[in-house]
Amino acid sequence: MSPLESLRIAARALRVNKLRSALTVLGIVVGVGAVVCMVSVGAGAQAEVSEKIRTLGANLLLVMPGARNSGGARLESGTQPTLTIEDAASIRRELADVQVAAPLLSRSLPLVAANRNWVTVVAGINPDYLVAREWQVAGGRLFTSDEIASGAKVAIVGAVIVEELFNGGSGIGETLRIGNVPFTVIGVLDKKGLGAAGRSQDDVVFIPLSAAKSRVLGAVRGTTREALDFISIKVSDTTAMSEIQRDVEALLRQRHRIRGDAPSDFRIENPADVLFARGAAMRLLASLLIAVAAVSLVVGGISIMNIMLVSVTERTREIGLRIAVGARRREIRWQFLIEAAILALVGGLVGAFLGAAAAVAIAWKAGWPVLISPWAIVLACGFAGFIGISFGLYPAHRAARLDPIVALRFE
Amino acid sequence: MQPLVRTVGISKSYPSGGTIVRAVSNVSLAIEHGEFVAIRGRSGSGKSTLMNLLGLLDRPDSGTYTFNGQEVAMLSEDGRATVRSHDIGFIFQQPALLPRATALENVELPLIYAGISPSRRRRTARDALDRVGLGDRGHHWPNQLSGGEQQRVVIARATVNDPALILADEPTGSLDSATGNEILSLFEALHHDGRTIIVVTHATEVANRARRLITLHDGQIVEDSSASSDNLRPAALAMDSLP
Repeated sequence: MSPLESLRIAARALRVNKLRSALTVLGIVVGVGAVVCMVSVGAGAQAEVSEKIRTLGANLLLVMPGARNSGGARLESGTQPTLTIEDAASIRRELADVQVAAPLLSRSLPLVAANRNWVTVVAGINPDYLVAREWQVAGGRLFTSDEIASGAKVAIVGAVIVEELFNGGSGIGETLRIGNVPFTVIGVLDKKGLGAAGRSQDDVVFIPLSAAKSRVLGAVRGTTREALDFISIKVSDTTAMSEIQRDVEALLRQRHRIRGDAPSDFRIENPADVLFARGAAMRLLASLLIAVAAVSLVVGGISIMNIMLVSVTERTREIGLRIAVGARRREIRWQFLIEAAILALVGGLVGAFLGAAAAVAIAWKAGWPVLISPWAIVLACGFAGFIGISFGLYPAHRAARLDPIVALRFE
Repeated sequence: MQPLVRTVGISKSYPSGGTIVRAVSNVSLAIEHGEFVAIRGRSGSGKSTLMNLLGLLDRPDSGTYTFNGQEVAMLSEDGRATVRSHDIGFIFQQPALLPRATALENVELPLIYAGISPSRRRRTARDALDRVGLGDRGHHWPNQLSGGEQQRVVIARATVNDPALILADEPTGSLDSATGNEILSLFEALHHDGRTIIVVTHATEVANRARRLITLHDGQIVEDSSASSDNLRPAALAMDSLP
């Protein structure tokens, strides 16, 4: 009997019990679906993390002011305004691997342009900050050194601001009131998309740090004119990130005159680390789910074995008849093995399809790139087939071993 | 020419409830090509076991069995399967049809295992159905056929591979007498075509149709009408072929 013939007979036997066949493969469907979905979601999440790290600017360290102790309770970060422009300058000056150390001072402020208004983050920077973030202007220009020095009332805005306030126009040359102070828009930034915290990075206005201090933000903060929100450090050598982090810490402790083991009045963070940690957590979760999926595949295999045993018993007379009219033992064995394999493979394919669909839905919902991994589909379906055959071996063996005389008399 | 079936001293015993039952004991038998033989005996006389042995579904404990010129008593399981698929047609008591296959597909079954190509298979099976008068019922499911029709399908299946031997076990056991007679007429027709038929039965009307009657008791042949029927058979055939 040709393999095609065996395949046809097996497919026919499965079609007879459609519902039962469908229920039998459920375990395999769930298992393969979960594997394909999780591997794809994991890959998408990984790609998302890489993309965020890229938009954040690679090789970035952030120095933030520390929290103030108030009667033992530590207040939020930045309540102790300790970082100064001089700190930033000295980091740049004294540490060799630091390419840029960009100070930043920001605050959420109301904006008005013509008859529209918007509230967003207004940040005082110098051009180093855009270097650190690897951020270019899409239109217009950057601040000149004269504008930085004089605290000119000029602004570079993100794509969201153009959309919200300038109604489709480019915005360049328009007047933008920040608080009550009129600024001229001189540039529009490239789009960056969502940031690590899930907020749009394009919803931002940059003005010269000097202008921020003297005209907008300094006035609000009053007493702490020199204080910064953070310093962004761009490192030229990625392999030395942790070393540089230590050097920056030593330098700032020295500058801030912190002795011995007293706590620092600032924090240094590597945002990529946070993202990597998130990616790692995501991968751990995915691998746990894959372990669950593996259990589901084994359970699916057992249910195939169970149904195949039932099927062998039910079809005892049929088997006896086939043997009587000349079927060889191995032909009977193959018939049942192929049935088990078809069950598992069909379950695998349905599972792969559902898993991929679920992955697409999750990626779409989370705004991740869709990455359906073909090798995960092949591997999961292959594993399903392997499970079908290995759990089908025993029932097939039972069928092939039947004594035709007993089988024919079986009621 | 050698007889189609020749057994010399075959025996078969099997354990039953702690004792060993000698179902077939030292049976020597020769059946020529073209014979129509009935094996008769009460239940427990060993006739079914003898049929299983003759049909190569079972293997004797001792003795030799030459089938169609080939020594088959010690043949491997696959070897016996090959002989069954090419040279033996079985007709069982209950119409033994696959319930989820059409009449035509049921008739095709032995040809599948004999390795016949699908198109030739279909043609041959249709011819076999035609011969039992069910040419137009090929696409029917077994449960759409009457008991007699089902048994005709089984006969078509038993003859589809043009076997040297047709073995029937109580072929009319589950049928009313009118339908049973129709089936027996089919057997006679097959006999007239020159086929070798062995029918196992305890029904006298079945045994009466056969040209030779072998009676079994406790696994042994107690009566064999072969001597007389062998002498009569060629004459009967000659008479039948007269215009």
